[in-house]
Amino acid sequence: MIRFEGVNKWYGSYQALVDIDETIAKGEVVVVCGPSGSGKSTLIRTLNRLEPIQGGRIEIDGRDIHAPGTDVNALRSRIGFVFQQFNLFPHLTALQNCTLAPVQLGRLTPAQAAEQARALLDRVGLANKADAYPAELSGGQQQRVAIARALAQQPPLMLFDEPTSALDPEMVGEVLAVMRGLARDGMTMICVTHEMGFAREVADRVLFMDGGRILERATPADFFLHPQHPRAQQFVADIRRPFAAGPGF
Amino acid sequence: MRDLIDTYWLYFLVGQYPKGPLGGLALTVLLAALALLLAMPLGLALGVARLSLWRAVRWPVTALVFVVRGTPLLMVVFWAYFFLPTLTGYKTGQFSTMLIALVVFDGVYLAEIVRAGIVGLGRGQMEAARSLGLTHFQALRSVVLPQALRHMLPSLVNQFVSTIKETSLGYIIGLSEVSFIATQINTQVFTKPAQVYLCLGVAYFVLCFGLSRLAYGIESRGKRRPPPRVPA
Repeated sequence: MIRFEGVNKWYGSYQALVDIDETIAKGEVVVVCGPSGSGKSTLIRTLNRLEPIQGGRIEIDGRDIHAPGTDVNALRSRIGFVFQQFNLFPHLTALQNCTLAPVQLGRLTPAQAAEQARALLDRVGLANKADAYPAELSGGQQQRVAIARALAQQPPLMLFDEPTSALDPEMVGEVLAVMRGLARDGMTMICVTHEMGFAREVADRVLFMDGGRILERATPADFFLHPQHPRAQQFVADIRRPFAAGPGF
Repeated sequence: MRDLIDTYWLYFLVGQYPKGPLGGLALTVLLAALALLLAMPLGLALGVARLSLWRAVRWPVTALVFVVRGTPLLMVVFWAYFFLPTLTGYKTGQFSTMLIALVVFDGVYLAEIVRAGIVGLGRGQMEAARSLGLTHFQALRSVVLPQALRHMLPSLVNQFVSTIKETSLGYIIGLSEVSFIATQINTQVFTKPAQVYLCLGVAYFVLCFGLSRLAYGIESRGKRRPPPRVPA
């Protein structure tokens, strides 16, 4: 479904992605992890062209999405993207957040969009919050609305950019539960996350990135129990003992 | 003071109207209102153009902003008065001349306010809207501008109040707005300049204060909706 071929990306003179080659199949759940600045967010942001690339090609369903002339809006409207900072539209209710795009893009009538939005909010456990504004919701609830908003595009592919990193610990579970449900329903998902439990339970594969390269590809069990690359070993050790990593402990 | 007002109040308010052209305070209000109504869409368009992804749009607008911002309004009025007719081959009246000058001048200042409002909102909202497949303009219209305009309101009001005061420069090209009329009255009465210009000052103050209060009312009504919260 997705194919990276020799993808390179620079920010000025800094190379953020180095010779990325990877294939992701339909229905696969892939977890991308790695230290901050390793290029993992950049990697998934190239998939809906929030970031341009300078070398190589990226194909989705056989189509080169970075080719000139690609309809970028059509591409994005078929990929769900969930941000670390939620980025809900604060001037709109939860329901309106979910109906905005389908109506503006002319896919659904306002009535159909509202019906779909209610169903999606129900699916993420927030049917009773349809008329709440984002500021009236907790972080976990906001992120679940953001997932519903992305699902309103009926996307065959969902991208998650550290969806639980901005959440208080007690809210992580509710968001992961929604993501687990999606994975079980066969959604193709690429998740940048450090949630080991989530990775072990639902991921088909783990990609470990550092310095803009994919250094290791493994099943979750192999990756977390027997990392091969020295950097991966260090990383797994650090996230197992979070307090041992920083100075002064 | 009393007979000054008794004699000249109608002249002060409407000029020679209905025997002659409309003037006085009424003309000032009309000029300011039209200038605001026309400058705001221009400011929105220029502000959005300043952030355009296309250089062909961004550069000329940026140049215009820098030129106009680096020039006193009086200069812009002179250009509109002396230079524009030679360009168009068509003599514009004093009212239209002043209106054009105000719309261009304020449009540019409003454009910078609009630009700051959009930039100040941060990239996240635009990215979220674009990642749903909305076009740049759909994202601006439904997501970015509704929020940015609320943040801009105090600065916009500031500029609107300036516009009211700037209409007084119409005096220079003989437009019979309220400052011009006040000067006429002062010439006729001759002995009471303090009283005449006090009345003029009060008239401007009432207009500007009224607009500020109106804007304040709109602002606090908008606040009933929960304000955007920065996620933790």
